[in-house]
Amino acid sequence: MMNFEYPVQAGDFTNAGSASSSVKKTLKQLNVDPSIIKRVVVALYEAEVNVVAHSHGGTIYVVIDNDKIAIKLEDKGPGIPDIDLAMTVGYSTASPQVREMGFGAGMGLPNIKHNVDYLDVKSEVNVGTIVEMIVNF
Amino acid sequence: MFFHHALRIDEDLCMGCMHCMKKCPTEAIRIRAGKAKLSPNCCIDCGECFEACPYGAIIIEHDDLNDIFNYEHRIALIPAVLINQFKDDIPTSLIYQVIKELGFTQVFEIEQMADFLIDEIQKYAVEYAHIKPLISSFCPAIVRLIQVKFPALTENLLLLKPPVDLAAMYWKQTLKKQGVPEEKIGLFYITPCAAKIAALKDPVGEKHSQVTGVINMDFIYNQVLRKIKEEHRINAENTENAEHSKISARASLWSTTEGEKKNMLGRALAIDGIHNINDFLEKVENEDVSDVDYLELRACDESCAGGILLTGNRFLTVERMKKRAEYIQKIENQDDRFEIDQDTAEYIRNNMKSGQILPRSMMILDENRSIAMKKMALIRDLMNHLPRVDCGACGAPSCQALAEDIAKVEATLTNCIFLQTSMEGRGGMTSEERVETFRKIWGNK
Repeated sequence: MMNFEYPVQAGDFTNAGSASSSVKKTLKQLNVDPSIIKRVVVALYEAEVNVVAHSHGGTIYVVIDNDKIAIKLEDKGPGIPDIDLAMTVGYSTASPQVREMGFGAGMGLPNIKHNVDYLDVKSEVNVGTIVEMIVNF
Repeated sequence: MFFHHALRIDEDLCMGCMHCMKKCPTEAIRIRAGKAKLSPNCCIDCGECFEACPYGAIIIEHDDLNDIFNYEHRIALIPAVLINQFKDDIPTSLIYQVIKELGFTQVFEIEQMADFLIDEIQKYAVEYAHIKPLISSFCPAIVRLIQVKFPALTENLLLLKPPVDLAAMYWKQTLKKQGVPEEKIGLFYITPCAAKIAALKDPVGEKHSQVTGVINMDFIYNQVLRKIKEEHRINAENTENAEHSKISARASLWSTTEGEKKNMLGRALAIDGIHNINDFLEKVENEDVSDVDYLELRACDESCAGGILLTGNRFLTVERMKKRAEYIQKIENQDDRFEIDQDTAEYIRNNMKSGQILPRSMMILDENRSIAMKKMALIRDLMNHLPRVDCGACGAPSCQALAEDIAKVEATLTNCIFLQTSMEGRGGMTSEERVETFRKIWGNK
């Protein structure tokens, strides 16, 4: 079992994706099937961008086992008032500035769900959000 | 060994200076006993090391020009970039003539096949519209980069053969129809780079190529220019831009940057330079790049005009290619363009699909995941001890690369000069041991 931790800065789109890239390299080295790596990376990248775009910052915790990867993203921030709505394709609360940068199309959480084997989203308004996901190898 | 390689290190010339090691995009080079060593599983024949080497110690192996005389029909398959390396006062027709005088019976510009290929790629793109982005397989260094570093993207590669293969098929079919037996046909490709040699000698997903031999472009360039100078062949009569081939304007630009892109429907991007491509493919793999239909990727800066076997300056070559295309456009007579007869076109169409391109990841620490996990834990631990200055004195391109080598039992921690110093200071290593370790990496310098 291996643990990794990546801090995520709010609003730092320049470095959004660094955790995904690092996890991607690790999974390639561990001989994980390329199609599974792709699912992990797409889901993690979406979630990482969510933290950058919407929260006041947070941390990504990654645990890699022989047979699976578990990822937890914990952020402080406004939280998600209606998780079911946020899971709907096309629904977005992103600001026009964020959309201008090519993010915030309202595909985030639905796309994550589509790519992982387990997804759990817990959120408290004005406190923060915890997104947990698992992909089996 | 995974791949055939055209690049070889001449140990007599190699100084073990690390220039190549620092430039290699796949970290395929280590210094051992004072010489650069190439890892055959990681090398993609891109030629970055060839360009970086100050001592000319990287050799690109090609066939002997005399081999052509084993064949009655000797066809020189030349890329357009060969023509436009020569200065403006040397007309295309003279270059064609002098190449023939070297012993070839025919000179054929392979991009003449590009018009046919463009039509086929457009059809292919419609048929495989669900693959996004479709990645061009024209540049063989990029195909190999994707195989070793971006295995998931092998599925995105366009599986159609490049112009040189189509040209070889065209000539074989055309001559066979005239009753020429196959053993009398010699098809020789004049290559702008090492990657093309490697690809033709060991085609990805194929048993063998239709091309008989490969000759380096710098060698042909020197032979042609020498003959022109020695024999005072440049004169007022032939200095006007006498166009010789029947190539179309867009086909003549195929191998320049955007040569494919411009002919693609939908959203296409053209990227040149292997490090640029490496960064971009990272994004593609994250699905951070959406709605791109086609990617034209060429390892060399300015595409084939920047090939490592070109003598002329890449920017001047591209400028001349564009001028030539404008000229062709002006004189373009639709009746006098290169065309493939229907039978031959049908034959090529049926044989132009390349085989499946499989991932060949070089990043795997071990096939067995639990062993790979142990090795990775070791690497992480080692990184806490290594200085992270990436000085290269251990013979590996970075501290991370050394840590990975140690995990693969290909190096030891004492290779690091920082750790050696602190170990010697604590009495953990004698100065004799340091000298011995130093020799293993750097030889008797």
